Amino acid sequence: MTTETANFTMIGERTNVTGSARFRKLIANDDYEAALDVARAQVENGAQIIDVNMDEGLLDSEAAMVRFLNLVAAEPDIARVPVMIDSSKWSVIEAGLKCIQGKGIVNSISLKEGEESFVDQAEKVRRYGAAVVVMAFDEKGQADTYERKTEIARRSYDILVEKVGIAPQDIIIDPNVFAVATGIEEHNNYGVDFIEATRWIRQNLPHAHVSGGISNLSFSFRGNETVREAMHAVFLYHAIRAGMDMGIVNAGQLAIYEEIEPELRERVEDVVLNRRADATDRLLEIAGRYRGEGGKKREADLSWREMPVEKRLEHALVAGITEFIEGDTEEARATLGRPLDVIEGPLMAGMNVVGDLFGAGKMFLPQVVKSARVMKQAVAYLMPYLEAEQREAGIEGSSSAGTVLLATVKGDVHDIGKNIVGVVLQCNNFNVIDLGVMVPADKILAAAKAEKADIIGLSGLITPSLDEMCHVASEMERQGFEVPLMIGGATTSKVHTAVKIHPNYGRGQAVYVTDASRAVGVASRLLGSEKGSFVTDLRDEYARIAEGHARGRGGRDRMALATARGNGFKTDWSGYQPPRPRFHGTLIFPDYDLAELVRYIDWTPFFQTWEMTGRYPRLLEDAKVGPAARALFNDAQAMLQRMIGEGWLKANAVIGFWPANAVGDDIMVYEDEDRASPRAVLHTLRQQMARQSGRPNFALADFVAPKETGLADYVGAFAVTAGIGEEELVARFVKEHDDYGKILAQALADRLAEALAERMHERVRREFWAYAGDEALSNEELIAEQYRGIRPAPGYPAQPDHTEKGTLFDLLEAEEAAGMRLTESYAMQPAASVCGVYFSHPDAAYFGLGKIERDQVADYAERKGWTIDEAERWLAPNLAYDPKVLDAAE
Amino acid sequence: MTDTVFCETEKRLRALAAARILVLDGAMGTMIQRLKLDEAGYRGARFADWKQDVRGNNDLLNLTIPAAVRDIHVEYLEAGADIVETNTFSSTTIAQADYGMEDLVYELNYEGARLAAEACRTVEARDPSRPRFVAGAIGPTNRTASISPDVNNPGFRAITFDELRIAYAEAARGLIDGGADIILIETVFDTLNAKAAIFGVEEIFVEKGRRLPLMISGTITDLSGRTLSGQTPEAFWYSLAHARPFSIGLNCALGAKEMRAHIAELSRVADTLVCAYPNAGLPNEFGEYDESPEAMAALVGEFARSGLVNIVGGCCGTTPDHIRAIAGAVAGVAPRVVPVIEPKLRLSGLESFVTV
Repeated sequence: MTTETANFTMIGERTNVTGSARFRKLIANDDYEAALDVARAQVENGAQIIDVNMDEGLLDSEAAMVRFLNLVAAEPDIARVPVMIDSSKWSVIEAGLKCIQGKGIVNSISLKEGEESFVDQAEKVRRYGAAVVVMAFDEKGQADTYERKTEIARRSYDILVEKVGIAPQDIIIDPNVFAVATGIEEHNNYGVDFIEATRWIRQNLPHAHVSGGISNLSFSFRGNETVREAMHAVFLYHAIRAGMDMGIVNAGQLAIYEEIEPELRERVEDVVLNRRADATDRLLEIAGRYRGEGGKKREADLSWREMPVEKRLEHALVAGITEFIEGDTEEARATLGRPLDVIEGPLMAGMNVVGDLFGAGKMFLPQVVKSARVMKQAVAYLMPYLEAEQREAGIEGSSSAGTVLLATVKGDVHDIGKNIVGVVLQCNNFNVIDLGVMVPADKILAAAKAEKADIIGLSGLITPSLDEMCHVASEMERQGFEVPLMIGGATTSKVHTAVKIHPNYGRGQAVYVTDASRAVGVASRLLGSEKGSFVTDLRDEYARIAEGHARGRGGRDRMALATARGNGFKTDWSGYQPPRPRFHGTLIFPDYDLAELVRYIDWTPFFQTWEMTGRYPRLLEDAKVGPAARALFNDAQAMLQRMIGEGWLKANAVIGFWPANAVGDDIMVYEDEDRASPRAVLHTLRQQMARQSGRPNFALADFVAPKETGLADYVGAFAVTAGIGEEELVARFVKEHDDYGKILAQALADRLAEALAERMHERVRREFWAYAGDEALSNEELIAEQYRGIRPAPGYPAQPDHTEKGTLFDLLEAEEAAGMRLTESYAMQPAASVCGVYFSHPDAAYFGLGKIERDQVADYAERKGWTIDEAERWLAPNLAYDPKVLDAAE
Repeated sequence: MTDTVFCETEKRLRALAAARILVLDGAMGTMIQRLKLDEAGYRGARFADWKQDVRGNNDLLNLTIPAAVRDIHVEYLEAGADIVETNTFSSTTIAQADYGMEDLVYELNYEGARLAAEACRTVEARDPSRPRFVAGAIGPTNRTASISPDVNNPGFRAITFDELRIAYAEAARGLIDGGADIILIETVFDTLNAKAAIFGVEEIFVEKGRRLPLMISGTITDLSGRTLSGQTPEAFWYSLAHARPFSIGLNCALGAKEMRAHIAELSRVADTLVCAYPNAGLPNEFGEYDESPEAMAALVGEFARSGLVNIVGGCCGTTPDHIRAIAGAVAGVAPRVVPVIEPKLRLSGLESFVTV
C-alpha cells in the first residue's frame, strides 16, 4: 500500500450477502462453518473491521445476523476485530447490537425517513454503545451533488452531536459513491463531488470520519477488472488525500496507485477527477486493451535449463512443466544408474518441495495437480527400466507411504473431488488405487483385500450416498476389516460421519476429511506413529459431536405440519393471471451449440472445485492466489476452445410444459387443458421451522395456483447434459498420465451443464414461457438470479428428495430425448447434468427446506406411496428427529 | 445532552475525588461467613417454611437479619470507607432463581439500599466531617450473553440481551427507590452482560426522571489478562465508555499484585476515574484468602503512589481491618489525574482498535 493509505481503515466486505454471491450461498445453504472461514480469511488478509450484512429477501435476516455474530463470538481469531453491523433494516441492526460485546459500528442510519426516526435510532445506537455510519440521504433523497452531500452531512452531524449526544469521533459520514463514466454528462462530476465533500466534512465537522463503498464508482466497466481496479486505486488515492479514512474493501486486493500503467492511470484520473470533456471516450478507447490478461505477453524464461539435472527436475515439478521431462529423467537415470534412485532421489526431492509449498499455502491445488502430472510422466518413463531391474533382482521395490484405495460409492457418479484427493495423495508418495465411480461395497472390500489397502477412502456427492457409506462401514465391520475409513464429498460432514458412519465401524476408524488439502495430513497420521493418540482424539471428538447432536435435535422450534401449512406462502390468486407457455409437451434440443454457452458460465464454482475460494473475476487479481488462478483460467480457456472446436463433448437438452395446479403440497401435472386426470404428481416438502418474523413456511407447491382457484396455471421441467463423451475424454487423459487435464475437463463439463441450464432457463423466460420477453440481463445479474421465476433441482435445498428426478425424467422422457440416465440412487449420468422444475410466479423464490418433523414424513410417505422407513431413508439429512430413538420410545 | 453535565451526586463525588483517593468498602461475604449462620439463620421467621434451601443466599439477610447487615456496613464506614456497597450482588431475578426467590428481587434491592443508607446516616451523625455514599451493587448473574455454555454448540446462548436488560433494570429500580446514591455494575466477566445492564439502568433513569453516577468494574479472570469473555482491559473500556461512568475499574479474581498491570492499562486509556478493589491475594490451598491487611495495603498504596487509581477498596477475603489499612495507605496520596484522551474512533472486538 502507498504511504497515504497508512491512515486508512480497511473494512472487510466479503461477509456481505449482497456483495458476495459466495457468502450468500453459504448462508442460504446453512453452511455457517464455511461462512466463518470467509470472515477469518478477511481478518487474516488485513481487514481491521468486518462488515456483516444479511440483507437478502429470502433470508430471515435477523436470525442469520444473530446466528452468525454468535458464532463469530466463539472464534477468537475473528472476534478479535470489531464488527460493522450492516443492514438497511433497523430491526436487523438492533438484533445484531444485542450480540456484540465489543464496540462496533452501525451501518447505517440516515435522515431518509425524517428526523424523528433518525433521532430515535441514533439514541439507541448510543445506548448500545456503537459508532455509526450516516448515509448522505434525507427526506428528499440520496445526495448526489457537493452541495447536497455537505448540507446533509452538516445537518446529520449537528443532530447527532447536539441532540443525541453521540461523540463526534464516533460519527462516520458516507457521502455516497456513484458510478462515473456512464455516458450521462450529469454523472461525470460524481467522483469530484465525493472527494470535495470529503474534504469539506473533514474540515468542517470536527473528528467525524468519512467512509464509502468504492466499487460503485466503476460500475460501467463491469467485466474489465484491470480498469475497475485502476479506477478504485486512483479514486482512493485522491479521496484519502482529501480525508477519506475508512472504506469497505476487499482487504488485500487494493491496486497500488503508483503501479498502474501510466497511460491508463492518466486517463482514469481524467475520468475520476472530471478533467476533460472527452475523458470517458478516451478511457473507453484504451479500456479494451486491459481485458483479460491485459495483452501482457510473457516470454518463456528458459534460463532454468542451464541448471544441473536435479535442479531442472525440481523446477519442472514445481512449475508443472512437462516439456522436457522425459529427456531430463533419462539424463538423471544415466547419471545415477538406477531408475529407483531417480524416483527416490531428485523426483521425490522435487515433490517434497511441492508438498512443502502447498502446505505453506504458497502453491495452490491446480499447480499441485500439474506437478503430479510431471511426476507421473517421469515415473511412466522409468517404469520399463524399473520392471526390468526388478525382474533381474527378483524384488519388489516399493517405498510408498501406504496404499489408499479410493472409490465413489454405488449409485453415485461424481468424482472430481475424489480425483483431486487421489492426486494430492500421490504427490505425497501414497500408492493410490482408484476404483472409479458407482462402486458397490463388495467390490471395494474385495479390492481392498487384494491390494492390501492401508486406508479406504469413500466419496459421494448426492445424499443417498450417505446411506451407502454407512453400509460400506458396517460391511467392513462384519468382514473383520481394521483399516481406517476416510469419508469425503460434498454432502458428507463431520457430524454425519460421527453420528452415522463411525458407530458402524468399531473395529477400525472412520474419519471425515474436509477437503483434498487435508487428506494428506489425515492419511499420514492414520498410518504414522501418532495414530494411537490421533484416533483417541478423534473418538473423543466424535463422541462429543454425537452427544451434542443428540441434544441439539429438537432444540430448535418447529411447528406441526398443519400449522406450517396454515403459514404457507400466500398470494392473491384472484388478481393473478398465470402466463401460458407457448407449447405443451416437450421440446428437444439435441447437440446444443456449446459456443453459445460460454458466456453463461459461472466461473466462481469452477475455482471452488480447485479449492480456490474467492469470487470470479476478482479472484484473478487476488494478491495471493491471483497468479495461480490466472494460469488455471488460461488453461481452462484453452481447453474450452478445443472442447468446442474439436467437438470433445456434446450437449443435449429437453424442456417441457404442462397444465398444472397445486393440491395441498403436491403439484398435479395434467396432460391437457381439461385438467381431468393428472399425468404425474410433483411432490414438494414444506418448511417447518418456527417463525417469529411473519415469514411464510414455503413449499414449492405454493408457487402454483391451487386447484380450487380455477386458474389455468402451468409448470415446466428440464433435463440438460453437457457430458456426452466425457467418459471417453477422461479415459484419454488417464492414458496420457494427465490428471490435470482429466480434472480440468470434468470441471469444465460440469460448468457447461450449468451454463446450459442457465441458458435454457433464459430462453424459457423469453421465448417459450415468454413471460419476460423484454428481460435483458448481464451474466453477473443472471448469476445473481435477478430474474422472475426459478428452476429448483431435486436433491437441492428447496426439494431435497432425489427421487423426484424420476418423475421429471418420465415426464421429459429424458433418456430417449437427451441420452441421460438415473442410477439406483438417482444420480444423473453423465455426471455433468442438471434437471429441475420451472416455476413462473413472480414471487417464486429459492429457499432451504431445513429440518422436518415426523408428521410431514408420514404425510409425504403416504403421498409418495412409500413406507415411513423408505421416506426416512430418502429424507435422512432433513429429519429433525432420530428415527431409531423415536422408534425405541414408542 | 453533552458529556460535561453531571447529576448532583456525581458533581459532589467528582469534587471529593479531585482532592483525594476515595475508599470503597471490603467484602460482604467474608463478614457474613463470620456470622456462621445455619439454614434456620438464613431463613429467619419469615421464610421458615420456604420451599427450598436458602443457606448461602447472602442477599436474603437484608430481609431476615437486617441489623447484622447494617452493622457490617457501619464497621466498614468506621474503618474509613467513603462508599459502601449494598448487599445485593445476587439480587437479580436470574440469580435468585436458584432459590425460587425471583419475586423478592425488588424488595431485596430496596432493603439492601435502605440498610446501607441507614448505616451512612448513622456514621455521618457521629462524624460529620465527610459524606458517605451508597453504591447499589448489581452483580453479573450466573449466565453469560456472549458465551455458549455448550462447547458443542458455540452459537447457543443460555440468556439473551433483553432478558438480562429486564433483570438488571428491575434490580436498579429497587436500589434507586431504596436510596442508593450510585449504581455499581460489578464483577463483569462478560462485557455484553454489562452492556445489557447499562441499557437497563438507563431505562430506569428515564423512568425515574433522574440519573445516578455509574461505577463499572470488570473482572480479569486469570493471569491471561483477559475477561472471561476474552477481552483485554482496553477493549473492555471501549465497549463500555458510552455509559460515561463515574468510574471504571477491576475487582475480584486477582490479588492486588496480579491486578496491577491491568489496572495500569485501564488507567492509561480511560478518561474517567479508575477504581480497584482486588481480593486479599490469590486463594491458598484451602480456598481461603489470607493476604494480611498490611501486605495488601502496601500493594494498594503503591497503586496510589504510582498514580494509577482514584478509588480503592477490597473484594473477596477483605475485612474492615484491610479497609482501615488501605485507607491509611492512600491517605494523603494525590489521586490519579484523569488523562485527556485524544478524540479518536475507538472500537473493540476482543481487542481494541483505534483509528490513526
